[in-house]
Amino acid sequence: MDLYQELILEHSKRPHRSGLRDPFDAEVHHVNPTCGDEVTLRLALSGKGAAAVVRDVSYRAQGCSISVASTSVLAEEVTGRPVREALATFEAMRSMLTSRGTEPGDAETIGDGVAFAGVSKYPARVKCALLGWAAFTDALARAGVDISTISPTVSASGSTATQGVSS
Amino acid sequence: MPLRSSRVNAPLSDREVAALRGEFPVLTRTVRDDQPLVYLDSGATSHKPTTVLDAERSFYEQHNAAVHRGAHQLAEEATDDFEAARATIAAFIGAPADEVVFTKNATEALNLVAYAFSNASPTDEPKDARFVLGPGDEILVTEMEHHANLVPWQELCRRTGATLRWVPVRADGSLEVSDLDALLTDRTKVFAFTHVSNVLGTINPVTELAERAHAVGALVVVDACQSVPHLAVDVATLGADFIAFSGHKLYGPMGIGVLWGRAELLEVMPAFLTGGSMIETVTMERSTYAPAPQKFEAGVPNAAQAIGLAAAVTWVEAIGIDRIAAHESALVDALMTGLAARPWVRVVGPPPGTPRGGAVAFLVDGVHAHDVGQVLDDAGVAVRVGHHCAWPLHRALGAAATTRASFAVYNTLDEVGVLLRALDRVPAIFGVDLTETDTDTDTDLGATDGAAALRGESTREAS
Repeated sequence: MDLYQELILEHSKRPHRSGLRDPFDAEVHHVNPTCGDEVTLRLALSGKGAAAVVRDVSYRAQGCSISVASTSVLAEEVTGRPVREALATFEAMRSMLTSRGTEPGDAETIGDGVAFAGVSKYPARVKCALLGWAAFTDALARAGVDISTISPTVSASGSTATQGVSS
Repeated sequence: MPLRSSRVNAPLSDREVAALRGEFPVLTRTVRDDQPLVYLDSGATSHKPTTVLDAERSFYEQHNAAVHRGAHQLAEEATDDFEAARATIAAFIGAPADEVVFTKNATEALNLVAYAFSNASPTDEPKDARFVLGPGDEILVTEMEHHANLVPWQELCRRTGATLRWVPVRADGSLEVSDLDALLTDRTKVFAFTHVSNVLGTINPVTELAERAHAVGALVVVDACQSVPHLAVDVATLGADFIAFSGHKLYGPMGIGVLWGRAELLEVMPAFLTGGSMIETVTMERSTYAPAPQKFEAGVPNAAQAIGLAAAVTWVEAIGIDRIAAHESALVDALMTGLAARPWVRVVGPPPGTPRGGAVAFLVDGVHAHDVGQVLDDAGVAVRVGHHCAWPLHRALGAAATTRASFAVYNTLDEVGVLLRALDRVPAIFGVDLTETDTDTDTDLGATDGAAALRGESTREAS
């Protein structure tokens, strides 16, 4: 099956940067109501406003290989990057995932995220792949980042959030 | 029409199943790169034979009129057909026709009862104390309920101040009835539970549970969605006060469900939805309502769907519900045997040998249900994955999600084999270590030989 690329299986078995770490600026909990998959995600930023940088993304994910691997790739791709670039990565990832198989994805922008191109052919799995990303953008907003530059998320996942202790 | 055996209790022959499969156009289509469709998701919705599609179409082509209105010939015919449908469906479950209320689905049927309680204002005259709820009163459900028989009761408690309690589920998929004396008390106004679990396949002892509920004066509401299509249900002896089931799981159309209630309860129970059709008299100040079942059918009803469901019931009766039950039971047994031969699979619910419904849900060690379902789908096998609208039950089972195969009369032993062979691809794809396991897909039903040692969790947990 071309859906389950080796990269996805690797990330799902050994998720990068997993675990919940302190300190953090925002913590969110997102679920996929159709299957019960859950992710708790913490975000730590450094700097303010347009200059803010993602210092750490830590998380606990429970779900299918697609959702766990996608969250792992998310943590890899956005950590250490300016928020502005992280949001561009999210947009590129979402655009590929919702393209119904028409966009292969650009490794320059989304790195290992290109392994998820096959997911877009299975509409029921797109939500799995976006679960962690939806949590990430929610955490950015809750940490005070202006995310109005991105269009409203397609994810229908439910969420709850707690504000973290400020770093 | 398929060949119908005159031997009432004879098992369905392969020829009969092949013939009746021919009545389901969708079963001839292919999926995912031209593979035959193996549809094992009838617990979610069954397919519909042409006789059902024809009945709906014929209604629109020949009669189409709003029932219970108009004096023209079409209206008369439509009303006659609609009421005949009610009588057919009522007879199928052993009820008088006026005890069957049409709803849009089972969820609406259960909400209808739940709302009747909060619509019974304490100032109503006449009132029936059984339908008046408040603080101090209790509603009892079970941990194995589908959300449709849980959330409406949570909401009713929220509206009225009553307290929700529940019967836990044991590891073997049965209800923890040893707690029942403490849970069923004179405070209990409703005991709502499922006849057959849509996940575990557990068949609950309705009559026994109903007797105990009635002993404390509680009303008994039974979710019969997974029983009516699969085994003989006779409300005259079942013991319930209300049952709810959907048409679309019973070879009927979507958009039609049934609430059955005892006549004396329907008579005193307040209406749910109000408006046209359900009234007796209306003035600007107030209204009085028609007798049941019309009192509960506000607005123009789903006549075509009711007529389609009656055609489905007639179709089922021509085969015989007991023969359908026996056929599905043989499929469940074959699947249970095949899964038992795979030590890396854990079936939830009653152990092999226990009578169970037409659904078999399982976990594959180290692989999430969504991923299992994707591999099966790749082989043309349609199953359900997730929590199957029974999230609290899955929490109790310690499983985030399960994979569920569910059967209908059109399924075959060959299809069980296709499922099992597709399942055998799962461990390799996800790199689950089956040390000492010799996978042999050539044996009967694709059974796996040898003991398997497994590593991994039932769900992926990254922390």
